[in-house]
Amino acid sequence: MTVPVVQARGLRKRFREKLAVADLTLAVGEGEIFGFLGPNGAGKTTSLKMLLGLIEPTGGTAQVLGAPLGNLRTRAGVGFLPEHFRFHDWLTGREMLRYHGRLYGLRGRKLEDRIEFLLARVDLVDAAGRKLREYSKGMLQRVGLAQALLNEPRLVFLDEPTSGLDPIGRLLVRDIIRDLKRAGTAVFLNSHLLGEVEATCDRVVFVKQGRAVGEMHMGDAGAGLEVELRVEPITSALLEGIARFGSALERADSLVRLRVDSEEALPALARWLVEQGANLYNMQAHRKSLEARFMEVMGEDQRPG
Amino acid sequence: MNGLLTIFQLTLAEARRRKILLATFVCGVAFLGMFALGFYFIHREMVKHAGMDQIKQRMMLTTFVLAGLFGVNFLTVMTAVLMPVDTLSGEIASGVMQTLASKPIRRSTIVLGKWAAHGLVLAGYLLFMAGGVLAIARVIGGVAPPGIQVGLPLMLLEGLVLMTLSIAGGTRFSTVTNGIAVLGLYGLAFVGSWTEQIGTMAGNESARYVGTAASLLIPSEALWQLAAWHMQPSVVRDLHLTPFSPASVPNGAMVAWALAYVAMVLVLAVRGLSRRPL
Repeated sequence: MTVPVVQARGLRKRFREKLAVADLTLAVGEGEIFGFLGPNGAGKTTSLKMLLGLIEPTGGTAQVLGAPLGNLRTRAGVGFLPEHFRFHDWLTGREMLRYHGRLYGLRGRKLEDRIEFLLARVDLVDAAGRKLREYSKGMLQRVGLAQALLNEPRLVFLDEPTSGLDPIGRLLVRDIIRDLKRAGTAVFLNSHLLGEVEATCDRVVFVKQGRAVGEMHMGDAGAGLEVELRVEPITSALLEGIARFGSALERADSLVRLRVDSEEALPALARWLVEQGANLYNMQAHRKSLEARFMEVMGEDQRPG
Repeated sequence: MNGLLTIFQLTLAEARRRKILLATFVCGVAFLGMFALGFYFIHREMVKHAGMDQIKQRMMLTTFVLAGLFGVNFLTVMTAVLMPVDTLSGEIASGVMQTLASKPIRRSTIVLGKWAAHGLVLAGYLLFMAGGVLAIARVIGGVAPPGIQVGLPLMLLEGLVLMTLSIAGGTRFSTVTNGIAVLGLYGLAFVGSWTEQIGTMAGNESARYVGTAASLLIPSEALWQLAAWHMQPSVVRDLHLTPFSPASVPNGAMVAWALAYVAMVLVLAVRGLSRRPL
């Protein structure tokens, strides 16, 4: 991983009897599009708020952009879109962006140019003079996304950014996230929408009951590769040998299924089977979907949040 | 400093856009209109009775001016409590505060910016209302109460005490709870102050101590008593000729306490917001 822009070790938050975040350890690299995935109530928003300095952790340590949580200079390089973006609804979209820009220390022509650029990017130029109270939920999310990018941040926290957006709005947000990646901006994407995460993220960490319980590299060709073999004869020695190439071995008649770490394992496995004198009739590999991985990590006891 | 100025301007813009300024101005004009009408009729009646003692005339008009200033004081108190009552609690509840507090500004900047803007609006309101009452008295009856230069700052300080409490309460309580709590405290100070006044007149030390304790808990009413004492002729206040003539006059220490009180409550407001999970 490149230099981490977010690094958390054993981060913990307790609200009286409720343990919202139990023990969060994670790192996000510079320019990485990082997905923080978990069911409702898993502690995603609380974790994000701790990293933003909005909530004080009960325990553990964390750094954002190399500085301790809540550092003011760091915040100048961070953008944030809350889950339900709200701001004074008596302001127009453009006025709201102007106030936020000034809170980032921006002024004059530079600020105005940045506002016009972002209004165009989120497709709100026509509505920029209207008051926020007249905006739809989707428009509020988009203008909120614009405010999160005013300072050309090195790191953006997006909490359910496509919540309330129609399909066109969702595509627009995905495009913006891709633009951010090209510009080298790291994105910490908090979401429970698997499709959104799958389409945009480089890497995903699964969070359950306030703990990071699994990880998946989306760009890695071998991530969660499932292999199905039809091979005969199947002996216990052959099964033991196959098991060395991967994990989660299952057998059903002449079919053997296992998971391998990378694509490189496939030719090696085929070669070994032939060397053992086994008849290999079929070998299929497919990447495990994020949804399947999510359900696997969350376990069968997971109930709707 | 930029952050403070931005929050200050945002708060002023809010007062203007949410028609808070318009409502206070319109109601203020109505109040002053009513006062002017009343003052005019009373003055005309006195002029008709040419035989009335000049001193008595002046005392009656001064009492009416004090009644007007008492009305202004009450409206200033209400404005001080209600104007900023949701400035923090409302933004915390709606989520607006999350966006503000994630910016590169301290939470103390948010509190101080809002406090300064609300303080300015309150000072403007008091100046407009009290200035109106005094101008009407001067123009119609040629009456000018003494000690205005001391009385008005004391009335402003009273407003600031309650305004700061209202802002501080917003860091911990919901809007409705906060409003009820601060008005309740004001009521406590009001009753405490009258207990002190009547206790002093009756020579009851216990009642006097109860009132003093209430004034220490919240010094708002004591400041009004002191302001009223300064804004009436010495003969009126010494003979306790009006309900605005305090029997027990708060001293300078109460003013110092009120100033310290505002500073302490402001520090509590900053600490309250700084520690509040958003």
